[in-house]
Amino acid sequence: MASVAQRVHSIASDVFGVPAQRIFPDSSPVTLERWDSTQHLTFVLALEESFQLQFSPEETERIRTIGDAVKLVEEKIQVEGK
Amino acid sequence: MRGDDLQLREEIDHLIAVGDALGASLRLTELWQQETGAAVASFLISRYEKLRGARPFIPHRLAILRSFTLEPVVPLLRAAAFVAGVDLTVHLGGFNTYPQEILDTASPLYSFAPDTVILAVQTRDVARELWSDYADLAADAVQPAIARSVASFQSCVRTFRQQSVANLIVHALEQPPIPSLGVLDAQTDGGQSAAIRQINDGLRGFCQELRGVYMLDYDSLVARHGYAHWHDESKWLTARMPISASYIMHLAQEWLRFLLPLAGRTAKAVVVDLDNTLWGGVIGEDGMHGIRLGQEYPGAAYQALQRALLDLRRKGILLAVCSKNNLEDAMEVLEKHPDMLLKPEHFAAMRINWSDKTQNLREIAAELNIGIDAIAFLDDNPVERAQVRVDLPEMTVIELPADPSKYADAVRDSPVFERLTLSEEDRRRASFYASGRERANAEQSFESKEDFLRSLEQEAEVVTVGPATLARVAQLTQKTNQFNLTTRRYSEQQISELAKRPGWQVVSLRLRDRYGDHGLVGVAIVQFGAESCEIDTFLLSCRVIGRSVETALLSHLVETARTRGAQFMRGWFFSTRKNAPAKNFYAQHGFQQESSDSEGSPWTLDLQKAEIACPEWIKVRVLAGAKF
Repeated sequence: MASVAQRVHSIASDVFGVPAQRIFPDSSPVTLERWDSTQHLTFVLALEESFQLQFSPEETERIRTIGDAVKLVEEKIQVEGK
Repeated sequence: MRGDDLQLREEIDHLIAVGDALGASLRLTELWQQETGAAVASFLISRYEKLRGARPFIPHRLAILRSFTLEPVVPLLRAAAFVAGVDLTVHLGGFNTYPQEILDTASPLYSFAPDTVILAVQTRDVARELWSDYADLAADAVQPAIARSVASFQSCVRTFRQQSVANLIVHALEQPPIPSLGVLDAQTDGGQSAAIRQINDGLRGFCQELRGVYMLDYDSLVARHGYAHWHDESKWLTARMPISASYIMHLAQEWLRFLLPLAGRTAKAVVVDLDNTLWGGVIGEDGMHGIRLGQEYPGAAYQALQRALLDLRRKGILLAVCSKNNLEDAMEVLEKHPDMLLKPEHFAAMRINWSDKTQNLREIAAELNIGIDAIAFLDDNPVERAQVRVDLPEMTVIELPADPSKYADAVRDSPVFERLTLSEEDRRRASFYASGRERANAEQSFESKEDFLRSLEQEAEVVTVGPATLARVAQLTQKTNQFNLTTRRYSEQQISELAKRPGWQVVSLRLRDRYGDHGLVGVAIVQFGAESCEIDTFLLSCRVIGRSVETALLSHLVETARTRGAQFMRGWFFSTRKNAPAKNFYAQHGFQQESSDSEGSPWTLDLQKAEIACPEWIKVRVLAGAKF
């Protein structure tokens, strides 16, 4: 089973249309051209769907970089014991 | 849900790079089956777009008008459509601006020229007073609120119908997960649920009156998956996206059930395996009493599948058998097993032998006279399914889950079996094929083709299109591939517009013979100019190819053209992958091509010199058609 980070990077690669090797923890709307508000929503929904989680509006706000997303998913998985 | 099959993604990119479009498309289907979801959808779309031109996608333009956020649904829909062979171009209307877009004839909606439009609205947007404010509503204010809601729907839909010939799919209203008054709501006559149902009944009423307008029962879609899971209140409040992440796909799939039939991507026949598909076990080993089939577990699962297949047959979808088996063993079950719902007479074709499955499937397509792409294949064995995907990539392969109790749902879920209208011909199609088998036997015993044609005692009725024949005429233009000179596809709405245009005529041909009634099987659309008569469309259903019906129909057109003072008749032949049977039509009937080396060059018939006699073995009656 791939790590959370690997899976998040792979999802980001699909959603933002960039090869996985070019996704880094500090990748953000600044470095990923297609990361706009619409794709942000798609990214959040894809994470929720893949990890079977649900983010609160505050948590969604916290996702500013790919690293933020990995950290958030790891926290949620631990809390929910998944 | 893994989201991490990088190897498969790399393989797809490699196959695209080396130009193996078929291989890439098979792998893309596989990836979608493994990981169906929002992430992989974006990947699929970008790769499928590279296969345009190399794979036979049907293009379709879809506009979505909406009162809520639907952006995340679009990639899922486009990916699922690509997998089904449809290349969707999507225009998403402004947030909650659908009334203006419909009313303004200069809006982007109309300049986009959609084939289909979805109007996706929610109860809380279009009938707020009946949703969150219901408790504040005085008893005598409920009926006026319902009437207002129905009227606003009606004006949107009617205006749209006047402005556009595109198909329209309207979301009906959903119920609140819990009514304002709780269980009390069901104890009273004028409750909240009843009010919303009343709006939906009103909506259904005028959708049925208008052509090409279809209702999507959103409430039962949500109910099917569970209100509690479907809604995501916090996404609704922050992003105006009311549906939870894992359920967005179900909305895309529901849309596809409308879009595939509208785009003409449907299965006309389903070919089924026998052992472990129609019954549990292997007849050759388990015998009549050993196979599992009946009303109790575990045989009930197979009966449920047979019932689902019979339901398809009622919609005009042909059933056929393709099985590796001893013919006698299999026929004994089909003929004599008391719990078989499907009998030999329900099948339009059968191949029960030990030959190669692919070869059998090709033969079935030829026998039924339909394309490989019009067949769906149902087999419990994943190896056989994979083989068919590779050998016959145009065929729809139904993915069956491992658990037989889910077989019936897999069939009912498949969008290729959806139909939006049902004609008399559809209902009776399966029996046409049964009498077709008799006819084929008769054909072999005649000395000459003419003798055979004479023996058929064919009677044709030619009539101008009217309300009663409209659905079937449009359907024939959408589905006929082989004997079709121009392959122009028209919706019901477009046909009725054409029929009303000055100088245009849309005629249909109905055929009977001594073996039965074929129903409406021919369509011609012509346009009369000052001296000319141009053939826009000329087609025959594949059921009646090769019995000179085309000459009878042409003879009628020539007669009409002469009466209207035309000097010549002109038509085009646009060649497709499938219409070879119609290729020589003009040449055989004395038309001259202006320039024989160009495909786009028209064929002309001088009406002063030429005579097109109706074949003596077809009696033609011309009936006055009903007006629109």
